[in-house]
Amino acid sequence: MPDTILVVVEQREGKLNRVSWETLTAGQALAAETGWTLEAAVVGSGVVNFANEIAGKKVAKVYAIESARLEPYTPDAFSAALKQFIESMQPKLVLMPHTYQVRDFVPKLATAMGRTAISDCIGYKKEGGKLLFTRQMFQGKLAADVSFACDAPWFVTFQNGAYRGDKVEAGSAAAPVETVKVEIGESAIRNKPHEVFKEAKQAVDLTQAEIIVSIGRGIKEQKNIELAKQLAEALGGELAASRPICDSGWLPMDRQIGSSGQTVAPKLYLALGISGAIQHIVGMKGSRTIVAVNKDSEAPIFEIADYAVVGNLFDIVPPLIEEVKKAKAGT
Amino acid sequence: MKILVCMKQVPQKDAPLKLNESGTWIREDVSYEVNEPDAYALEEALRQKEKHGGEVVVITAGPARAQQVLREALAKGADRAIHLEDNAFVGLDALNTARAFAAAIRDEQFDLIFTGLQSDDYGYAQTGVVLAELLGWPHATIIMQIEKKDTGIRVKRELEAGYFQFVDMPLPAVLTIQSGINKLRYATLIGIKHAKNKPLRKVAMSEVPGVSANLQKIERLYVPQKTKNTEFLEGPAGEVARKLVDKLRNEVRVL
Repeated sequence: MPDTILVVVEQREGKLNRVSWETLTAGQALAAETGWTLEAAVVGSGVVNFANEIAGKKVAKVYAIESARLEPYTPDAFSAALKQFIESMQPKLVLMPHTYQVRDFVPKLATAMGRTAISDCIGYKKEGGKLLFTRQMFQGKLAADVSFACDAPWFVTFQNGAYRGDKVEAGSAAAPVETVKVEIGESAIRNKPHEVFKEAKQAVDLTQAEIIVSIGRGIKEQKNIELAKQLAEALGGELAASRPICDSGWLPMDRQIGSSGQTVAPKLYLALGISGAIQHIVGMKGSRTIVAVNKDSEAPIFEIADYAVVGNLFDIVPPLIEEVKKAKAGT
Repeated sequence: MKILVCMKQVPQKDAPLKLNESGTWIREDVSYEVNEPDAYALEEALRQKEKHGGEVVVITAGPARAQQVLREALAKGADRAIHLEDNAFVGLDALNTARAFAAAIRDEQFDLIFTGLQSDDYGYAQTGVVLAELLGWPHATIIMQIEKKDTGIRVKRELEAGYFQFVDMPLPAVLTIQSGINKLRYATLIGIKHAKNKPLRKVAMSEVPGVSANLQKIERLYVPQKTKNTEFLEGPAGEVARKLVDKLRNEVRVL
């Protein structure tokens, strides 16, 4: 029997999470590289439809891991269900998307099994028969290749956007789907979750904006936001921010870009004084053109910028507003 | 409520990082600060204590320099501190860090343990959840609000894309705290003065059984390869502005 790679996809509120396809793409690439068998699993209550959806892709088998106690999500139930399943199936490698839900239960699951998870990976390498997983460290300023120093199963989570979900290969025929019922005692679930809700109706839909001017800590003071606002207005774009700006209450939360805010892909993303922490990057790296202004030449935002200006935003922005106005008036 | 806050010292946000000779870690001659989410975790613990009474204890694992984080926490109002002091703590993976914390507090009885949701250096986002599992406690992650109830607590979890969820849970429990849950306070002069007399217990690596070799290993650390062809625009501000507008007009075509 060859070793197995198990991809655990994520479903929420009747939909497969988009990043599930990305993780499946990663799994297919790893299977091709190692020669291991690729299988997938979906966890929940009444999830066989999701399993069928996955079965159309190039995978050897799909499991629907079922229990009424898996709905709504709790870390106790998900960890218990996957522990039972993984202990019986013995996959070599278990891959999941690095979502807030996975972050909530994977460290518990790995610990319960006496194992570890390499979290938030952006890729992998195979060197001399050894698998290395690449993850960002120090807020993206450095990268590390990390290996497992323990027995399998090895748990790996992949960052949102690390692989292309639309590149997932279809199968030549539908893969077999098997429903696996797991037993979870009522007393095993300690948390009692309420309904998921949205705080307030989002006033601004930044996902529709073609031009976004976004500010970070480099803006220094709340009163300086006016300058960025003038630039956004001159360009005909929307104003947005990284998390610390919204945490400080300088801009409302619905203008936040990043893993806890909105994910955008405008024609132009102009980042002012944003260092480019991973949590921000995942929300905007799909932008068609990224312009970054930052005084720190080593800021990670420059790694993904198309045009970079190393300098003080307070020097650059005023003449930039004038030049934009001139250009617009000239057309 | 008796609350433990796990805190970490990390390189300052804009500190220029250099690799060590073996390329496995950074050179440690940089400036350090408290991991930002941990500062919010401490603030939340202090606020809970102000509402419900009790005690706030702070713990960190790291070399002598990491004591600064504990001193600042004591100055802000924490009651006492535990310092797992050894250079080797810096290199521990999340499981071993959690094992060390669990061992260091085995004679204590906390109602709650707070950690920041992740660290700015490793960024595992795991230590708090692993600690909960080792202690056999329930946990909840990325918390934006905590309310004490008769039977336990009600917490507000942040989910992705602007969604939230309330969760009721029993105590004791571990919570990982999101940045922005509250407004941070500054230490007062009196606080700084009082901090000098507050208890700080040092724990050596030899006193925390159960720490093993890491289960995951950093084979190499490096400056990430650029995937994009970044064009740097240079010159005086006015010239840079003109160059950029030219690009926006003729290449990006948004003007």
